[in-house]
Amino acid sequence: MSVAWEVVIGLEIHAQLATKSKIFSGSPTAYGADPNTQANLVDLGYPGVLPVLNKEVVRMATLFGLAVSATVARRSVFARKNYFYPDLPKGYQISQLELPIVEHGEMHIIGVDGMEKRIGITRAHLEEDAGKSIHEGLDASSGIDLNRAGTPLLEIVSEPDLRSAKDAVTYMKKIHTIVHYLGISDGNMQEGSFRCDANVSVRPMGQKELGTRAELKNLNSFRYIEKAINIEVERQIDLIEDGGTVVQETRLYDSDKDETRSMRSKEEANDYRYFPDPDLLPVEISNEYIEAIRATMPELPDAKQARFIDEYELKSDDAAILTASRMLADFYEGVVKATDATAQVAANWVIGDLGGALNRDGLGISDSKISSDELAGLVDRIHDDTISGKIAKQVFEAMWDGEGSADDVIESKGLKQITDSGAIELVVDKVIADNLGQVAEYKAGKDKLIGFFVGKVMQETKGQANPGQVNQMLRDKLK
Amino acid sequence: MSLDKEQVQHIAMLARLNLSDEEYAESVEKLSKIVDFVDQLSAVDTTDVVPMAHPVDAAQRLRPDDVTATNDRDHYQQNAPEVVDGLYLVPKVLE
Repeated sequence: MSVAWEVVIGLEIHAQLATKSKIFSGSPTAYGADPNTQANLVDLGYPGVLPVLNKEVVRMATLFGLAVSATVARRSVFARKNYFYPDLPKGYQISQLELPIVEHGEMHIIGVDGMEKRIGITRAHLEEDAGKSIHEGLDASSGIDLNRAGTPLLEIVSEPDLRSAKDAVTYMKKIHTIVHYLGISDGNMQEGSFRCDANVSVRPMGQKELGTRAELKNLNSFRYIEKAINIEVERQIDLIEDGGTVVQETRLYDSDKDETRSMRSKEEANDYRYFPDPDLLPVEISNEYIEAIRATMPELPDAKQARFIDEYELKSDDAAILTASRMLADFYEGVVKATDATAQVAANWVIGDLGGALNRDGLGISDSKISSDELAGLVDRIHDDTISGKIAKQVFEAMWDGEGSADDVIESKGLKQITDSGAIELVVDKVIADNLGQVAEYKAGKDKLIGFFVGKVMQETKGQANPGQVNQMLRDKLK
Repeated sequence: MSLDKEQVQHIAMLARLNLSDEEYAESVEKLSKIVDFVDQLSAVDTTDVVPMAHPVDAAQRLRPDDVTATNDRDHYQQNAPEVVDGLYLVPKVLE
């Protein structure tokens, strides 16, 4: 029992490409349509039809390849992967085998141990999705919906370079962020637009040869991926330590029971008899095309994060949060450009109050009830001492509830900070007169009581006095 | 015979064919002849030959990403043995 085990994981991520039409036909790809209303003769596999490749999927795959420093193949070939399943009307899936469109890429992640790790990307190939089988509400039958058949997928295959479930999740999140930044996939995991299979094996620490792997199918949430891998690793180690051997097979994760179970023996099912699809010619890509696509490459998350730290002098944690999505980063930069306050103050508001409100209401940044310009308007009023930070939170909530701009709310609620020193002095004098006991204690050396007096003044002024000014005035008067 | 019965059984299983013993005997013989015929190609030295992906020497034409198909479900489903609520029905698939 003293053997230390090393976990080895490789991921196959399926990202649905955000095209309007299918990979080989002119059917729409919108999610949630009535069954089979988005499946035409090509998708249904009728005899005599010809697939014609969608130009946009080539562009998207090329862009992805360049983003992960991969080789984009000047010539790639589609192949037929043959198997029988009711949701695959043709009896084969059009995929790529020997000559995929993207090969030899890489990605760097910060591992669970805090060290940077290189994760190799073996390949990324184009293929069509299959349909869906529906079992609920049908007794002796299954229902087949072929709306998804022919939806373009980019399958991104990693090297077995991952060493823990946490690292696998980190890697997958990073791929998720990148496809989103590139605008090539909506990455919606609930709708199945972004899912993965995990190849998991264990070996005694130090051993070179890989152990026999099991493939965990269709993991469609970051939480399940971590749980499924951990439970599978535990199963394999227990099995080996009890004298058994791991069988190469496909397993399904059952989230209710938190266990993995065998789906079918992969050896038999794996005889796919690939061959080049005679209906499709090789895809040829020129150097000029690749350079033209490269010129459209947006700033990627790592570069953006580094720039935020450098240009805006943000803490690296804040920069990481703000660059986790391209839209959030754009929103933040919108605030920074529009405000006179520092970039860090803008970051605090975007991450803290805005992030909190979005979270609370279950909204994404694109649904924010306050625009970047409006938030900048609020931050500016703190910056120019019109309101205190504390009052600003109250103004923010009112803005969130649709009560207008920062200036509108400050005006209508009368929240403007009192800067007239005469007015503040009246209140300060009143507070001193009302609390003579505390005044005596303060004068006897209990300095901490200054907070008590400031609090009283702020209370009297409903938070509208400038705390710094109040503090100074109190100290002068209580000398 | 370049193929044995076991191999032909495997091929039949993959093709979902249910063959009788006589059909197996016949298939082993006929398929072996085809394999032997094609196998003559092995005599050619192909060391420096790039595998051919397609007999036509041309590149794939690409189509613009436009939705050109309209919903014609009712028409297509006239060919289906059974449909319910727009779904094609098949014998129960269990995983």
